[in-house]
Amino acid sequence: MRRFAALYDALDSTNSTNAKVAAMQAYFAEAPPGDAAWALFFLTGGRLKRLIAPRLLATWGCERARVPGWLFEESFGLAGDLAETIALLVDTERNGHSAPGKTPPLSRLIEDRLLPLRDAPEEQKRRAVIELWDALDRREIFLLDKLLTGELRVGVSGTLAIRALAQHAGLPPAVVAHRLMGSWQPSAAAFAALIAPEAAETDASRPYPFFLASQLEEEPETLGDPAQWLVEWKWDGIRAQIVRRAGGVFLWSRGEELITDRFPDLSGVWATLPEGTVLDGEVLAFSGGAPMPFSVLQRRIGRQKLSPKILADAPAAFMAYDLLELGRADLRGQPLSERREKLADLVQGRSERLSLSAAVKGGSWAELRELRKQARERGVEGLMLKRWSSPYRHGRPRGDWWKWKIEPYAIDAVLVYAQPGHGRRATLMTDLTFALWDGGELVPVAKAYSGLTDEEIDRLDRWIRQHTIERFGPVRSVEPVHVFELHFEGIAESTRHRSGVAVRFPRIARWRTDKKPQDADTLQTLRSLIRVAR
Amino acid sequence: MIVDSEQGLFCPDGGFHLDPLLPVERAVLTHAHGDHARAGSGAYLCTPETAALLRRRLGDASIETLRQGERRVVGSVTVSLHPAGHMLGSAQVRIEGRAGVWVVSGDYKREPDPSCAPFEPLRCDAFVTEASYALPLFRWDEPAALAREIVAWWQGNPATSVLFCYALGKAQRLLAEIARISDRPVWVHGMVEPFAQVYREHGVRLAETRHVGDERGLKGELVLAPITARGTPWMKRFRSFEQAFASGILRIRGTRRRRGFDRGFVVSDHADWPGLLRTIRETGAQRVYAMHGHRDALVRYLREVEGIDAAPIGRAQPADPEGD
Ligand SMILES: [Zn+2]
Repeated sequence: MRRFAALYDALDSTNSTNAKVAAMQAYFAEAPPGDAAWALFFLTGGRLKRLIAPRLLATWGCERARVPGWLFEESFGLAGDLAETIALLVDTERNGHSAPGKTPPLSRLIEDRLLPLRDAPEEQKRRAVIELWDALDRREIFLLDKLLTGELRVGVSGTLAIRALAQHAGLPPAVVAHRLMGSWQPSAAAFAALIAPEAAETDASRPYPFFLASQLEEEPETLGDPAQWLVEWKWDGIRAQIVRRAGGVFLWSRGEELITDRFPDLSGVWATLPEGTVLDGEVLAFSGGAPMPFSVLQRRIGRQKLSPKILADAPAAFMAYDLLELGRADLRGQPLSERREKLADLVQGRSERLSLSAAVKGGSWAELRELRKQARERGVEGLMLKRWSSPYRHGRPRGDWWKWKIEPYAIDAVLVYAQPGHGRRATLMTDLTFALWDGGELVPVAKAYSGLTDEEIDRLDRWIRQHTIERFGPVRSVEPVHVFELHFEGIAESTRHRSGVAVRFPRIARWRTDKKPQDADTLQTLRSLIRVAR
Repeated sequence: MIVDSEQGLFCPDGGFHLDPLLPVERAVLTHAHGDHARAGSGAYLCTPETAALLRRRLGDASIETLRQGERRVVGSVTVSLHPAGHMLGSAQVRIEGRAGVWVVSGDYKREPDPSCAPFEPLRCDAFVTEASYALPLFRWDEPAALAREIVAWWQGNPATSVLFCYALGKAQRLLAEIARISDRPVWVHGMVEPFAQVYREHGVRLAETRHVGDERGLKGELVLAPITARGTPWMKRFRSFEQAFASGILRIRGTRRRRGFDRGFVVSDHADWPGLLRTIRETGAQRVYAMHGHRDALVRYLREVEGIDAAPIGRAQPADPEGD
């Protein structure tokens, strides 16, 4: 635990990528493999299920820190983070001294002390937690609390952790990334297998690490001759790999979630694929030869049970765009042109729920630019540009795969509510609600968290505190004065929103200090965009 | 003995204000920071060290000095100044009169500081305390260990190490701490140097300083600069640099990242929560008034937990955003 806390601090106290990789590499080299396995689990984004409700943890923290409840609340309000509040208050209570006992190693702590707490009675949990706090120093208490509430997040990307582990193991990062895909349980043995020179055995279900496209920020002319690029529509569904191996079929989402059971209507697709095949593509709701809006698919994902009606309303299809494995052979090193040729042969006439993501034909970039304008009517997000000569890489390397998205929707809306954000923004009013005019009334339509600069955040935070009209718990209503331009990716009817409209991925594009609240858009304008969308 | 007024704390029996917010006839100053010592008043009374630091800012105002511990009758009260441990010359104001003994702490801290005299606990009937960091979140680690951390950061950084801090007080305290463990010179912004001179004239040993001036590059060097220099063209002279901040507010870990500093050092010249409670107990005061920052939390805690008669005093001010 002490070593892991030191690693966490080292990662937290530098912005340099190289320094972060070096710190992780040193950790992997020094830590016992059981601890390293858990550290890797967290570094690559793994989380424990919540073991203790934050409300209980706060109660015990308040008790242990020997402060009145209101003072605990007040401290929490400033620190903005429960784990940190408890760590600091306990540290103050014992005047910076921690018990001289030995801190348990990370794996022992998690496996022997934390995981068994899951079904323990409350009083036993309380005793165990307080006993642990007393044995740990301030930084360790902070991490322990994050583990207990299932909120531990480490400030590195999974790719960086993989790079560090690969350097430690002396393996190519792609090999390590591949071994990490699929169901991976932290243990000393699993860690040893990850860094072993030869893969001990491969998990048949395991997908390949996804190749992710980068946002095209320049004009496409900078990419050279369009003939060297495969152009496809950018489908708005769930990116997924179909893995057909060892007599089984596995559908993996990009978030490395196994979603096979969510799509029984695709079983016809699986059945026809030959053994030893891996396809990359997009799961879509598909009807009448055209994709349905993402919101239709989303409704289906949200359901616990898939009724026949839902399956009929939102039938799924798989739009294949790459072939990663065929006849058990890994094709990722071959150029895209060859993989696509084999993919076309494979997909041909196999199932109406399986199709090839067709190449968009356009001679010049100018023609493609015109075609891209049809994206919204076609229910896609824009165009994908893939270099015909490119291998299937992993992660998000720039250069070979680009997404050329359509411009987002934009509206001007008025700030009406604010509340403190989470994590690093917990002390600032960054969780903002925006409204549009409907008759003479402002109706909330979207929440947005990002898009302002640090200076703007500070300025707005100060303004909000001085112009609060009313407070409802942490939420403040503010004078409707400030107008912001919001961008969003999608829009759909909604019965769950008072406005009757749900927008997708709203974000703040800029603070329109040049506009008065009466210049903001109306709900009518927003609704008219639904028609454009479909 | 002391009442609130539009100009700040006022002592009617002595006919003077304490650290007035607006120009007044007679002002008694606790220390030289800008939020305590403002220009425009008719006459000032403060320690000789504070006077030396203030001379430039207060122009040709009439400044009388009183040594620490020396007593002077003002109106119908006796005034004396006693070390507050906040910065060079910082003083608590002790006022004795028909209403007993009152002490106004000004800003103070209890941690050792090689750049000024240590805080002197005074027995009194009423104690007016600062409350800038009056939440149990705030507890300071041993300062010498922090100085070692700063030096380790600097010596391990091949680029320029720019450390932002208050140009008066915090900067000189850090220079004094650094002088104990390193003999390398430290580069300073133009706002830091004149005050460093005054410290030296009063016998405080500081690290050797070099004025940044028109110097460029400064790879591998440590630079102390006021936070107001951050993000200005002044920074362009350093080709590659890391930025650190020294402040009590960095006790909360999100603050550093949110404000985009590479490193944060928790160093404050104000009393932490244990320091406030310990000091209040040591004064033996039956009545406590709290100013600044989280004063309401301190007042409620004193009343409900410590059983001390307490109340807020002075203008409500948000906690210092730069976290002196
Ligand atoms: Zn001060």
